[in-house]
Amino acid sequence: MRFCSCAPWFSVSQCMEINMAMDREQVLEQVKTVMVDALGVDDDEVKPEATLMGDLGAESIDFLDIVFRLEKAFGIKIAREELFPAETLMNNPEFVSNGKLTAKGVAELKAKMPHTDVSEFAKNPELSKLPDLFTVGMIVNYVESKLKAA
Amino acid sequence: MRWIWIDKFVEFNSGQNAVAIKNVTLAEEHLHDHFPGFPIMPECLMIEAMAQTAGILVGEAKKFQEKVILAKIKKAVFHDYVRPGDTLRLSAKIESIAPEAASTTGTITCDDKLIADIDLMFSHIDQNLAGKEFPKENFVFTDMFKSLLQGAVFQKADK
Repeated sequence: MRFCSCAPWFSVSQCMEINMAMDREQVLEQVKTVMVDALGVDDDEVKPEATLMGDLGAESIDFLDIVFRLEKAFGIKIAREELFPAETLMNNPEFVSNGKLTAKGVAELKAKMPHTDVSEFAKNPELSKLPDLFTVGMIVNYVESKLKAA
Repeated sequence: MRWIWIDKFVEFNSGQNAVAIKNVTLAEEHLHDHFPGFPIMPECLMIEAMAQTAGILVGEAKKFQEKVILAKIKKAVFHDYVRPGDTLRLSAKIESIAPEAASTTGTITCDDKLIADIDLMFSHIDQNLAGKEFPKENFVFTDMFKSLLQGAVFQKADK
């Protein structure tokens, strides 16, 4: 069980029941702990703008590890393709052509990742740049939206 | 032939946890080289033994339909040596299981002394590596592996 940073005698889920909403800072702190444990990185490497693959060295199995740990830490259910929809996108020829996302692919990405700002990526939607969208900040956004919906 | 690094299961709660026993003996030839005059069980083989205990637990949870492959060693901390004559108790627990993968935690003890903490992740490779083709038959869970469960105290999880 993970304990809340604002009131360490409560678990995260208990604390959320009491406070209704964790603020962004608290979510970031929990996400940091998850990243440090899952990827073996240092605390100070886990900044909101850090990319999971480029900066923190995550590999495909790590994404599942992160999903499992987030589920436990925040008491939520996460479908992998909801948090990391890139794989299903990349394997569909309708969405990908010549190493770039098609217009349809970009639209699909926007729809699938409402917790991420894809406007900068959309200007030149090269597949090789896609991993850069997966940042610590994106995970914090996702968890926040998930906690609000709960 | 396959390497089997556990001798039997003594507890098995489907989809939840399992306990296996491994008896270490000087008849295992590698102990003569590891190390001459100071035989101790290699730590990598303790990880393998845990991977087999937890892997069979994960495989059985999906009725051996998935090809379960060790994908990540999340944690492996060793606290003491294991010597010939020791009986290891490997306890594994499923923490999370999804269509694509599972994560487990585990401890190895010997006479109630903690030997190791080993947390692992397993991938169900057919669900995970899109576009790659694997043989149809389940090459992970051969009859030899499954035979380890014969005679195990088999308790079905109450769900």
